[in-house]
Order: sequence, then C-alpha cells, then structure tokens
Amino acid sequence: MDRVPVLKLGDVLLVSIQVDLADKTTVQLEEDLSERIVATGARGVIIDISALDIVDSFVGRMLATIAAISRVLDAETVVVGMRPAVAITLVELGLSLHGIQTALNVERALEVLSRARDDDWIPPLDTEDDTAPAAP
Amino acid sequence: MTGDPGEEAQTQAVVSDQDVVRVRQLVRTAAVTAKLSLVDQTKVVTAASELARNTLVYGGGGSVQVRVVRQRRSGVRVELADDGPGIGDLELALTDGYTTGGGLGLGLSGARRLVDEFEIDTAPGRGTRISIVKWAR
Amino acid sequence: MALSTDESRRMADRLRTDSADLVATWVAKAGAPLTGRLSEGELRRQITELYGVLVAALDEGMTDLSAAPGGELRAVLADLSRGRARQGFSATETAVSVFTLKDALSGRADLADPAELRDFLSFNRFIDELGLFTFSSYSAAREELIADQAEQLLELSTPVVKLWEGVVAVPLVGTLDSARAQVVMERLLQALVDTGSPYAIIDITGVPAVDTQVAQHILKTVVAARLMGAECLISGIRPQIAQTIVALGIEFGDIATKATLADALRHVLRRSAARTGGRAEPVA
Repeated sequence: MDRVPVLKLGDVLLVSIQVDLADKTTVQLEEDLSERIVATGARGVIIDISALDIVDSFVGRMLATIAAISRVLDAETVVVGMRPAVAITLVELGLSLHGIQTALNVERALEVLSRARDDDWIPPLDTEDDTAPAAP
Repeated sequence: MTGDPGEEAQTQAVVSDQDVVRVRQLVRTAAVTAKLSLVDQTKVVTAASELARNTLVYGGGGSVQVRVVRQRRSGVRVELADDGPGIGDLELALTDGYTTGGGLGLGLSGARRLVDEFEIDTAPGRGTRISIVKWAR
Repeated sequence: MALSTDESRRMADRLRTDSADLVATWVAKAGAPLTGRLSEGELRRQITELYGVLVAALDEGMTDLSAAPGGELRAVLADLSRGRARQGFSATETAVSVFTLKDALSGRADLADPAELRDFLSFNRFIDELGLFTFSSYSAAREELIADQAEQLLELSTPVVKLWEGVVAVPLVGTLDSARAQVVMERLLQALVDTGSPYAIIDITGVPAVDTQVAQHILKTVVAARLMGAECLISGIRPQIAQTIVALGIEFGDIATKATLADALRHVLRRSAARTGGRAEPVA
C-alpha cells in the first residue's frame, strides 16, 4: 500500500499528496499525521493537494478530520494548492470544507501559521519592573 | 460512425479500494477522449468515484462500465451495477446529508449534481444499477 | 453510385489526354469568378493537386466519392474548402472551382456522339457529387470558424486583470448568461493560481441584470475561491440588482460586497496591510 510521507519543517508538518489516493491510504494518512503531531509537538500542519486532480467526499472528509484532530492537539491545519477545477467540483458536490483553513500555496500557508502564532505570543513577564521600586 | 450506443466500453470489477482508483483513471481517460473540458472531466471523475465507492461499501462490490458515447455531442457514460441489498427509500437516499454508512451523505445526491444524466434502478434485495452521462459542452 | 467502373476508367483516360491544356483551361475558368482575390499561382497549385488525386482515384476504379479509393480526393477537397472558408470566399466561389471542370471537359467532348454524351452526363453527375461535398465541407469549416470566434469573443469579453500586487479583478460588462458566467468563474480561479493572488474582485457595475442562475454562479465562484485559499469580493452591485437579489431570496451570506471597485480595492489593501504590517511593523 502507498504511504504518504510526512515531512517536518521546524514546528510545521508538511504533507504533499502526490498519488491518486486509495481509501486505505487516506485513512492511513489520518493516523500517521495524528501520531506525528503528538510525537513532534508540531504547531502547524500543511497539506499540499496541488497534485490531486480530484477530491471526492472521502478525501474531503479526511481533510476535515485531520483539521479537527490537529485542533484538539493544538496544531493548526492549512490545506494548500487546490486546483480551480477541483474547487468548482467540490462546491457543486456540496462540500464546503467548513472549519478548514486554506491557502494558495505553501508559502502563504507558512504566513498564515506564523500569524496564528503571533496571536498566541505573550510578552515575557518582566519581573524586574514589578520588583524595582519607582525610583525617583 | 453514427452508432449511438457508443464504442470502446471498458469494464472494471469493483471489489477493493484500489479498484475505485482504477475506475477514476478509466473515466478520466474516457473523458479526455470525449473532449470534455477540464472542469467537466473533474466533475464526472468525482461523480464516478463517489458512486464506485458506494458500489463497494453498500453494494458489497460490483462492476463498472465506462464508455465514450457519440451522438450530437460526445460524452462519457458510466454504468455501475451491484447485487447488494438495494436502496429502499430512494428519495431519502438522494437527500443531502443522509447516510447509513457514516459518510458525509453526499455520494448519491452530490454525484447527481455533477453530471448531466442520472438514472437509478434499485429495489430492496434486487441490487442497484446506476447510469450517469456527462456531455461535452 | 455515380460512375460505373468502366466509366471511371474512361473518365481517367479523358482527363489524361492533353492534360496540360485541360488543367490550363480549368484554372482559367475557375479563376474568372474569383476576380483576382486568389493568386493564379495558388489556384494553379490547388487545381493541379486536385487534378492529380482525381485521376489517381479514378485509376483505382473509384465509382463513388464516399468509397475507399476516394479518401485522398476527399481530403484534398476538404482542405480546399477549409482554406477558402478561412480566406473569406463564399460557398459558391469555392464550389465553382470544382464545377468549372465540367466546362473544361465539355469543350472537348463530341456531344453528337450518343456514347460520348452518355459518358459526359455521367461525368457531370460525378462532378456534381464532388461539388456537393465541397459545399458541405465548406459549411462545416464555416461553422467551426464561427464557434472559434464565439469562444474568442467570450474570452475577450471577460478579461481578468491584475489590479494590484496580489489582487486580480474581472470587470463584467453586458448580459451574463450561464455559459459566460462559467467561463468567468474558471478564468478568475485560474488567474488566482497563475498570479498567486490571495484576493479577487468581481465587479458587476456593467451587468444590467442578474438572475438566480447567474447569482448562483457568482456565489459558487466565491466559495470555490475560498476553498483555494483566496478571498473574493463583489463590487458594483446596482440598486436594481440588489433589489432582485433580495426579491429572489438569494443568500449572499458572509460574502463581502462593496459599492464600487475602488471601495473593494481599498478594503483589500487595508486587509493585506493588516496582515503583513501587523507582523513586520507593529502599530505603535
């Protein structure tokens, strides 16, 4: 059975689907990704589907599930590179992939993820300020 | 040359999830031969994928026939057949979001929206036969 | 069947006797109605080629244009018709190049001889068949031409323009039918990929009316763009169209609509500034 490779880039996992997905491969990817998110402590997942010439409801559901799982594991999922014909077909099929973030390409997806992290950013607690007396 | 039943019928048995992939490839090739636009190719391949998975999951396997049809326009006809339990309430099965298999419930209803012609012949205990056609614009 | 096998042989013989003179007469007669719009050299080349394949086909005992030995002849005739159709000649002007073979032949037949008259009538019938074939290939070529032009017009009427770095727009002008709306949709989405633009604006200032189907197409485009990771705005909705949209009960949902293209562009620029600026140079 084919297995889709999962690459780690810093705290982001990158999955580039290059084969016509059989259903078992799709399910396998779901499992692999959940494990890798926990094992690597990844904060973001990018799924590149630019090589897929169709996305049917099975693959659509996989994308939604991965997004939901990664959210539970505190990671953000971005689906990138959907082809126009695929997008038009998905709309017609009635699949709007609610709750899934999308980006045009991997570069944009990295921007989206880093923005999400900026929002999380908390200024370091400046303990000195608290303790130092307001010296005249 | 004018024979309307079409030509080059290809048959693919559907007994595993790999066969669903093969059905997609057969339909893609036929759609290219029938000169469908890229979007229409994508639509008919997606519809065939949904229906072939239904044949596998609900029909317990079956067979798919793919052919290029030429009438006034050219097109692709995909016929799926299984000897599974059949569908009792067809209207309900064609409703968006209705599922008995834990899916999204978009297989039948979604596939119907993606093609130009959609015929279904089914009854409990008699299996299911579905025929879809997508014409070149 | 236009000719018997014997007749086709006799016709080949007839064409072969003094062939140079026959071709010259044929070229002269065929050239007259074209009034110099086709160079004589070009016409001579076409007629000579036609003559060559005609004699070859007759030698093979062709009795009917649609039969197997006529394959090359059909191809040459179809080529001739297509060429003339593209050059703007009329159907008559095209077919006359074939029919003038009759004139060229009649000058050399002794029509007082009953046998020769019979042959000549058969040849005529056969040449008619060639002419009719030319007519039908001509009209097929014209139809192709018209379909091509309609498609080109469709593309011309839906330009996708790059408005700003990362922003593409389609200004729609004129009536939108379902076919055109679909073309717009596909081209706009492809432009997003090609230019890597995360924003698209559909401006419908120039659209006089929107029906349910067209509105649906626009909505689908917006949703499809979202699936691809881009945001799509609609600008230039005129009051009547806004009324129709509400009257038809079409849900625009959370789709951003702006009064003018300028408003839409400003909105997009502000948003993308907030995106990149928020990180690079935090607001003091």
